[in-house]
Amino acid sequence: MSEVKLIKVTVDGKEVEVPLGATALQAAELAGAEIPRFCYHERLSIAGNCRMCLVEVEKAPKPVASCAFPVMDGMKIITDSPTVRNARRGVMEFLLINHPLDCPICDQGGECDLQDQAMAYGGDSSRYHENKRSVTDKYLGPLIKTIMTRCIQCTRCVRFATEVAGVPELGAVGRGEAMEITTYVEKALSSELSGNLIDICPVGALTSRPYAFMTRPWELTKTDSIDVLDAMGTNIRVDARGPDVLRILPRVHEEVNEEWMADRGRFSFDALKKRRLDRPWIREGGKLRAASWPEAFGAIAAKFKGLPGERIGAVAGGLADAESIVALKDLMGALGSSNLDCREDGAALDGSNRAFYLFNSGITGIDVADAVIIIGSNPRLEAPVLNSRIRRKVMNNRMPVAAIGPRADLTYPVQYLGDGPAAIAEVLGGAFGEVLRNAKRPMILVGRGALARLDGAAVLAAAWGLAQSLNAVREDWNGFNLLHTQGGQVAALDLGFLPGQGGKGLGAMLGGGVDALWLLGADAFDPALIAPGTFVIYQGHHGDRMAGRADVILPGATYLEKDGTYVSTEGRVQRGRRGVFPPGEAREDWRIIRAASELLGHPLPYDDLFGVRSRLVGANPVFERVDELPPPAVVSAIPAGDAGAVGSEPFVPFITNYYQADVMGRASDVMAECARTHAPTPAMAAE
Amino acid sequence: MTEAATDHLDPNWRNSRAEPDSFEFDAESEAQIAKILARYPESKKASGVIPLLYVVQKQMGRQTGSAWVPRIAMDRVGDRLGMAPIRVYEVATFYFMFNTKPIGRFHLQVCGTTPCMLRGSDDVFQACKDAAKVQGYGHTSEDGLFTMTEVECLGACVNAPILQVDDDYYEDLDYDRTVQLIEALRRGERPAPGSTTGRQTSAPEGGPLTLLDVPGGD
Repeated sequence: MSEVKLIKVTVDGKEVEVPLGATALQAAELAGAEIPRFCYHERLSIAGNCRMCLVEVEKAPKPVASCAFPVMDGMKIITDSPTVRNARRGVMEFLLINHPLDCPICDQGGECDLQDQAMAYGGDSSRYHENKRSVTDKYLGPLIKTIMTRCIQCTRCVRFATEVAGVPELGAVGRGEAMEITTYVEKALSSELSGNLIDICPVGALTSRPYAFMTRPWELTKTDSIDVLDAMGTNIRVDARGPDVLRILPRVHEEVNEEWMADRGRFSFDALKKRRLDRPWIREGGKLRAASWPEAFGAIAAKFKGLPGERIGAVAGGLADAESIVALKDLMGALGSSNLDCREDGAALDGSNRAFYLFNSGITGIDVADAVIIIGSNPRLEAPVLNSRIRRKVMNNRMPVAAIGPRADLTYPVQYLGDGPAAIAEVLGGAFGEVLRNAKRPMILVGRGALARLDGAAVLAAAWGLAQSLNAVREDWNGFNLLHTQGGQVAALDLGFLPGQGGKGLGAMLGGGVDALWLLGADAFDPALIAPGTFVIYQGHHGDRMAGRADVILPGATYLEKDGTYVSTEGRVQRGRRGVFPPGEAREDWRIIRAASELLGHPLPYDDLFGVRSRLVGANPVFERVDELPPPAVVSAIPAGDAGAVGSEPFVPFITNYYQADVMGRASDVMAECARTHAPTPAMAAE
Repeated sequence: MTEAATDHLDPNWRNSRAEPDSFEFDAESEAQIAKILARYPESKKASGVIPLLYVVQKQMGRQTGSAWVPRIAMDRVGDRLGMAPIRVYEVATFYFMFNTKPIGRFHLQVCGTTPCMLRGSDDVFQACKDAAKVQGYGHTSEDGLFTMTEVECLGACVNAPILQVDDDYYEDLDYDRTVQLIEALRRGERPAPGSTTGRQTSAPEGGPLTLLDVPGGD
């Protein structure tokens, strides 16, 4: 970081030091003065068109728009004077000329910037008697509802789409009173971040379609939690009324998601009411029948009786919380089984060193990286918010980005170096190798999909080798980054939910290596791969394809219905909290396992959340430090694979259908509509 | 507000049969584009968006007899300049000089700003309505020859009132001379632009009034 020159300015008689180049608005905020604004947004470029942030500056003849006014040394800013109040009242009167008085039926009501600021800074009545203009509503896809008459043309949405989402599809056409925000050509916004438009719109012009006419914000119970539908660890707030989750909003976490959120995490919660497993089921005579908990546990106990430990196995899915993973691992240990695997997608991850499976640079590492090579990943679909962070760096600093794998529109320029893993070895010899060598902090971003193939271990070793030969794995910087796709994947690796001594992996377990298989939400593989005679226990929350194969179904809770610990792709331990209760007989997953252990004759030594979390810390000390990243460490080990053994098969897209990439998305009607809207072509949609 | 200003709001514009399926620059346009783009550095070539839209409009006028900018042509301009299509739409809809829907062969642009109005622009408007048989501002005549729009000050107030036909100014008009002009256009003639009273540029009517007795002259 270069030295920032500080200058002194006076705001309302209070002297503050601000960096040179700051705006009057930023200086005023530092001094604690509140400046109303609509178009200004700290994460977007400055437009300066709403004029709500007018302040007086000494010696300036007129009030100035503080958001676009750079401060100078010794400047005196007045944020509250008769002139300023008058000016803002005038601006507010103009803004309200064409704004409808439909607050009672507006979904933004109660959390509307215009409403709040009209109260605080506006006049008490309207002098406008002419007709208001009306604007045709625009179609922006199944997620965003538009009531364009309410629009005040702040252009935040235009700037967000262009700058952050990287899809320049929104614009302001026409001029003067005829100006409208539109896509011009009617189409759904092709962004995985489109839900954020709802948050940044200061009025009720862009609102959430699924949330339309649902409730008022003050009726909601707000619970802070963590999104697990991608591996970012996005901080969220779950807004529920009674037993229903009505919406999910992002929370600000500067080091993770800033204030953005991906659409699947935001909108797939309607799956909580769809195709749920809300009571235990057991298979009798080839058919599943509803059962009680004791019956379900009885069926398991009957099957496990006399079964040696090595004939029992367990697979953890990508959405599982750390508590249930450690409980299941302990239960399997007590039963004498070391047949564990959390790599349900077949990714050849190496759990022997944490650095082999983490996004080691951290998400903020993207901000200081100076060259990126993406191997077998499409970060736009696997972690949209992370991708927009890469995009910002590319746009602001022209960071060079290359990729090996299928072509995709990542919203920034990418140089493609090859299709398959063989290209990894050739990187250093090519022109981009020179770019990477010259980079101080090169970043190697490996997609989990790049490892979910037969030569996955070799790809991992090759990518790690590339990082090492670039000296990207060193004390102050670890540029090897693995991008996971679901929030439970890293915790399972941290807890060592992998084949133990003599244990069988996923392939061996599926192929008849075990007689009983406990699936903790694992559904990424084809159920037909499970050997016919295998007794399958499916513990999950949705009646997805795996439930149809199960012999016993244990109804669990989704991430929104339980207190859970999750580890993000960068290794950040975070706690999700229960927003609503699971439906019917469904229970928190670790409690189910705890109850089963009792009936199986091996009771686990913890029976409350504190106990299981203490056990987590015992299993791996990283769980002690919530929301903290360990400092980078020197890693001298190398992954077990043979880098030379990479195959010639090209990488394939890991996520082909973003909106239905997980069990929540597949059960959600909203996501189904998105998938229909955004389906690339009918031919490709058929898998 | 005139109808032309809200063209882009017409929800059925996409279904309009006039919207072509494709647009390619012809040789003449290409020559103009090469000249225009030479003015800007490669990284700033988006600055050429307004001249290029004008090239499009001219080409459409040459090819179809209706000088307008179809949406597909805006896309081509975006491709050429490395701009997102929406950025071109924004520019094209902002300036009313770009017609975003088809117009007649002759674009009658009546200046109605104060000086022209004081000098009789209402007569010019009436003459256009009568002779060109257009209903009013924003309308096209049944025969497809004339479209009349109201424009703001054309900057030729000293020769008011003005009627701009496509790119040409016809000045010092009154009702009769406007009718004659339109009849001439209808016959396929292009009267010489400028003052219709025959005065030289904006010099006084009937010849010079000052500097008549230049010392040492004669």
